Amino acid sequence: MYATRTRRARPEPFALRPGIAERLGLPYMDAQLGFAALGLAAFGVFTLGQATQHDVPGNPGYYVDRQAIYALLGLFGMYLLARVDYSRFRELRVGIYTFLCVSVSLVFVFGFAARGSRRSFDLPFFSFQPSELGKLLLVLALAGFVIDGARRGSPWQRTVRYLCLGFAPAALVFLQPDLGTSLVYGAITLAVMYVGGVRWTHFTVIGAGLVAIVALVLVVAPAVGTPILKGYQEERLTSFLNPSADPSDAGYQQNQAKIAIGSGEKTGRGDRATQTRLDFVPERHTDFIFAVIGERYGFTGAALVLSLYALLIWRALRIVTLSKNSYGTLVAGGIAAMLLFQVFVNVGMNLGIMPITGIPLPLLSYGGSSVLATFLAVGVLQSIHMQARLSQKGRFAW
Amino acid sequence: MYLRSDDRGPAMNNRLALRLALFGGIALALFGVLFFRLWFLQVLKGDEYLAQARNNRTREFRVTAPRGEILDRNGEVLVDNRTSLALQLNAEKLPEGPRERRAELARLGGLTHSSLHRVRKLIHEELKASPGAPVTLRRDVGHYIVYYLEENQERFPGVEVQRVFVRNYPGGMMAAHMLGNVGEVNEEQLKEPQYKKLQPGDEIGQDGVEYTYDRFLRGHPGLTKIQVDAFGQPTKNGQLLSQPPVPGNDLKLSIDANVQAAGEAAMASLGLRGGFVTMDVHTGEILALGSYPTFDPSVFTRPLTQAQVNQLYRDPVQAPLTDRAIAGLYPTGSTFKPITAIAALESGNLTPTEVINDPGQLVIGGQVFTNAGEAANGSVSLVSALEVSSDVFFYTLGFRMWDTGDLQHWAHALGIGRPTGIDLPGAAEGLLPSRHWRNKLYAEGETERPWSAGDNVQFATGQGDLQANPLQMAVAYAAIANGGTVVTPHVGMQIDDARGRVVREFEPAPRRHVRIDSQYRETILEGLHDAAQNGGGTSFEVFGSFPIPVAGKTGTAERPPYEDQSWYGVLAPYPDPRIVTFVTMEEGGFGAEAAAPAARTILEAYFADRLSRGAGPEEGEG
Repeated sequence: MYATRTRRARPEPFALRPGIAERLGLPYMDAQLGFAALGLAAFGVFTLGQATQHDVPGNPGYYVDRQAIYALLGLFGMYLLARVDYSRFRELRVGIYTFLCVSVSLVFVFGFAARGSRRSFDLPFFSFQPSELGKLLLVLALAGFVIDGARRGSPWQRTVRYLCLGFAPAALVFLQPDLGTSLVYGAITLAVMYVGGVRWTHFTVIGAGLVAIVALVLVVAPAVGTPILKGYQEERLTSFLNPSADPSDAGYQQNQAKIAIGSGEKTGRGDRATQTRLDFVPERHTDFIFAVIGERYGFTGAALVLSLYALLIWRALRIVTLSKNSYGTLVAGGIAAMLLFQVFVNVGMNLGIMPITGIPLPLLSYGGSSVLATFLAVGVLQSIHMQARLSQKGRFAW
Repeated sequence: MYLRSDDRGPAMNNRLALRLALFGGIALALFGVLFFRLWFLQVLKGDEYLAQARNNRTREFRVTAPRGEILDRNGEVLVDNRTSLALQLNAEKLPEGPRERRAELARLGGLTHSSLHRVRKLIHEELKASPGAPVTLRRDVGHYIVYYLEENQERFPGVEVQRVFVRNYPGGMMAAHMLGNVGEVNEEQLKEPQYKKLQPGDEIGQDGVEYTYDRFLRGHPGLTKIQVDAFGQPTKNGQLLSQPPVPGNDLKLSIDANVQAAGEAAMASLGLRGGFVTMDVHTGEILALGSYPTFDPSVFTRPLTQAQVNQLYRDPVQAPLTDRAIAGLYPTGSTFKPITAIAALESGNLTPTEVINDPGQLVIGGQVFTNAGEAANGSVSLVSALEVSSDVFFYTLGFRMWDTGDLQHWAHALGIGRPTGIDLPGAAEGLLPSRHWRNKLYAEGETERPWSAGDNVQFATGQGDLQANPLQMAVAYAAIANGGTVVTPHVGMQIDDARGRVVREFEPAPRRHVRIDSQYRETILEGLHDAAQNGGGTSFEVFGSFPIPVAGKTGTAERPPYEDQSWYGVLAPYPDPRIVTFVTMEEGGFGAEAAAPAARTILEAYFADRLSRGAGPEEGEG
């Protein structure tokens, strides 16, 4: 009986038609980039599942379920964006920029206040934080403006224009107040300008200006009695220089995060982890998720996560060089800088070498807006990759 | 600018490539920093952080163990515990701000009826003595304070009400010196090996049997280790270790509370400073031992007031904390004569029947030694010399032995001028005057003359330089009475655990044995019996009517500039004594006036059963 079945000739359904993978566009995507993003998101969901099962009484899956849904949505969004030619966004730059500024401003009106700051809209099942998506929107819009403005005005005028374009949304976000995200906006602006070819002399002047602003904000303004930063912001920014033992103190949190990571040693403490399980480390599911990984999975786990980020950023930088047009180069450069800045500042904060700024760790920190925005950014990278590959084959998609 | 807005070809050119290479380099450097830092924290310093993490999450709570009880030989409770509510302050949890801190301390001062200044001083001193330990602001707080604190907890951060065990003395002042007191272990004591496992704030016996038997009385504190979260709240199922406290063992003393009470009452009735001891002549078990003036041991369970400090520590004459029964340094007067007699008999300087003429005085080297009251006793043998307490008889013996050292040898053998080995701290050795001792002093220029016959003549009657205490005399009398065994006096008899099982019994071996001829022993006891209960005896007025035969000796020690000191030593029952009682009273005058009646009161308490049965002299005795 068996024998007769195996001898029967089987049709080859895929032989003459384009394969499913081909039709989905998968061969034109960057598999390693996708692997890194997916791996990080999966690791994040896994970690959250272990670390937060006792956080919400009676609902062990509160965080992990939501994060998994956000990740799946993000994955879907990434795929959709990958199939879209990113070059369209260049034409839509004014609309995108307007949407960015309006959505970030609307928070002041309809926003939902959490811990003294209005950052997000309270939608059903989901509180949406426009400033997260705004990072990607800023990259897309600013890159467009840079390409568009390449022939208008003197170099100085252009530089000032880009700075102003970046500064406006950054200032709005700063006023929410959300210092960390506004810093990311600043990093994106500088990175796009950098890849866009703004002169070194201009960067030197900008650098000097930044130093002056930092001095003004941290030293001069408090001294003359008009502080610009809120007290907790300033404390967070400077406390990594002098840790303290007071649990209500920013330096304490950072010290606890350091103890958590250090105590993980080479292979981690697993469920015997105490620092991140017993609330010694605050915000362990968001800003300090890296400390959870460090304590639970040790150097092995933390180094794996860092390696995945390195892979992610390397692939992003590689896409910068592959792009078929300058817009793609600028967008990919902006996204790469955005990811690099967030990873370095967040992980550095966990390791006690950077100040506490409230920047989430892309794809790992709990939070729908951040996960979604990051996946969409990766989707844009995939789109650039795909368009480059398709153009090499002499084919254009859609 | 190298960008073209309509660029559709490859976007790369050399300048962009350079910038991207730099970008990549920066990314590489930043990741390098992160990896290195991660390696540093987790691999190089991981052990350190792991230790910190462990330390972070556990809190230890010690639960004090109650000390064992102290009982008398019949099981009557002399010391037990009561629980008390103590107001404790954990100084680390005080508010940070100086103003809030000050306000809280001021509120606490109001609660404990003291001033801000005194609260601060107390905290300062306690933290200096035992850093980190909670400071006990006040013991024995009332329940109303507890309720008040519970309702106003947020205004008193760091303040807790703890149940603590406090020593309780059902017998009031009874045996205060012997029992001693407990107190927090101090810094020097913590360095001693026997207190190795203790922590600042733990209590140990500081005096008396509380000190000597501390390791039995002190229990093991319970230890609860719990896991806490960052806010110090215990976590669910977070109990890591729970050892219940082990209460201390009970100490049973050889003291008989009735005899002890009788002795103390007798001392107190005359109000004279002094001491007494009653001891089993065969085993060295002490049945009663006390000193007057005494004190209330419960004063040490709470901080002393200035008036109490003055009364207890700053009065060198009354010195209520001094246990005169073991730490007194007195000449013993005629109660020393039996020792002189043993020395003279055993060294061949006297025979039991030898008769010496007592004309009322003796002239030695131009110095005149007279009898007390200048009585002339005529021809006396040893028995009658003891009966009437002929000084001349014993002056003669002292003179015969003045340069032989026999008296010193025998007095030393019987325990004069050396430790008795009693299980109480603070016992004095006393002084045995000898040729060697005085000549050495003379050589050092501290006295105006070398050893002379007169010194030994004085010593033979318990006067002069001799310094001894009632306990030493009791041990010497016991050795004479039991035929030469120098017992080790002790008050600790047995250790019982909390369930009443005997853990240990104390039967310390005798210090030594001296050979005493039974004929000599009987002769001396006969003389002492006559002194107490024969018509002409020195204490016949006191013991003549005592229904049980006894052998007792009066003593009247000259102790300028004070009035004469009254002594009495008695062995009972005669002729085979079971106990010895010694009493001394400073400035009590003639031995039969003050000390002997007190000794009789003690014996009445000891023989209460026999006396109430109307016992005849020999009933029930072998």
